[in-house]
This record gives sequence, structure tokens and C-alpha cells, in this order.
Amino acid sequence: MPNPQTFAISGEDLEIENLKQQLLDSHAGALATFEGWVRNHNEGQAVERLEYSSYPALANKEGQRIIEEAFEKFEIDAAIARHRVGMLEIGGIAVWVGVSAAHRGAAFDACRYIIEEVKGRVPIWKKEYYSSGATDWVNCHQET
Amino acid sequence: MVTYNIQYFALLREQRGLDAETVESSAATAEELYAELATRHGFTLPTTALKVAINDDFSKWQAPLSSGDTIVFIPPVAGG
Repeated sequence: MPNPQTFAISGEDLEIENLKQQLLDSHAGALATFEGWVRNHNEGQAVERLEYSSYPALANKEGQRIIEEAFEKFEIDAAIARHRVGMLEIGGIAVWVGVSAAHRGAAFDACRYIIEEVKGRVPIWKKEYYSSGATDWVNCHQET
Repeated sequence: MVTYNIQYFALLREQRGLDAETVESSAATAEELYAELATRHGFTLPTTALKVAINDDFSKWQAPLSSGDTIVFIPPVAGG
């Protein structure tokens, strides 16, 4: 029986059906998934595309720690998270989390836990390209 | 003076104009090293907004550095 506990940064489009197949488990009665999409607006500005970059050595390590924490906190069977880097167009899938479990409660809770922690802790950055031609690194406005 | 390897990402990479560099410094901690580099290169982010990694693990700003360490200053993350 597969028991994936994996986080990875990907420079290629995510193959969602393939990722779901890796979570199939005859013990599981639930699969909760989250897809983060590139939207065309942020804080009042029209967004044309996003560029994600990461610090791969630490991003993979920290992402893997988050998955391990999810296994400690929730009764789950398998969990996978993938985050894109590179240039993404509107509607593109930037992040995907899937969790299978015997019951839906643990699957939902662990899926939520993983995406929130990934957003808050993993060294991944987002540069927004606006319709105006301007660009901006999200969350990097604080000045000395 | 000792030698440190610095890797830059995201906003800091743009502000430095480099992915990585080797610097000679008398800084004993990551905090001192960032202060030195920020002054030299005009980095805008304060240490309160950054985290620091030494040799690919999160570290404290006051941790002592060793010659040859690889240091990464981590701007506020924005995954998802």
C-alpha cells in the first residue's frame, strides 16, 4: 500500500490526476484536495501573471517537515503537496495539496493545515506583474 | 576577516543584482553580516522582516558564523 509523505517544488505544470493516483489507498474513505489558482487581481490591482521562485534546499526541507507534522497531528493515510515555481498565467495552478484518510474530518483538517503552513513558512516568493506594467514582490514592502 | 558564501533570492536578488557571492567580512553573526551588506547595497528590508538560514537550515540571527558558511537572508515568504 503506498504511503506518500512528500513535498516538492516543481518547475513543470502539476499533473493532478497523477498526484491523486498516488494517494489511492484501500484504507482511505476520503480525499481532500486544495488547488491554489493564479487570479487576475490582488489588492485592487489587475494582475497579468505571477512569477514564483524558491530557495529549493530549504523549501523542500521545510515542506517535508510540514507534511510530517500533519501525520503527527491528524489520522491520515497519505499526503502530497506540490508548489510551482516559474512564470504562471492567470488560471494556472500554483499549489496543490491532497490528503487521503479513513474519514473526511482528518482529511479536511490536514489539507488545511498543510496549505496554511506552506504559505506561512516555506521559502517561496511571488512576484506580481500588473496590467500597468509595474511589478512587485508580495509582502516585501516593509522598509528599514 | 573570514569568508562567507551568500545566496540571494527574490527581492534581495534584485536589489543585489546577483544570485550569489563570496564576501570577506569581520561580521561574527548573521545580524552583523546583514547590516554590513544592507549598508553596502541599499537593501530595504529590515532584519525584523527577514529570516536567516545558515547552511540550508533556519538559524538565529545571533548564532556565531564560521568561515565558509553559506548564508541566506530570507525575505517575507509568499507561497500559495
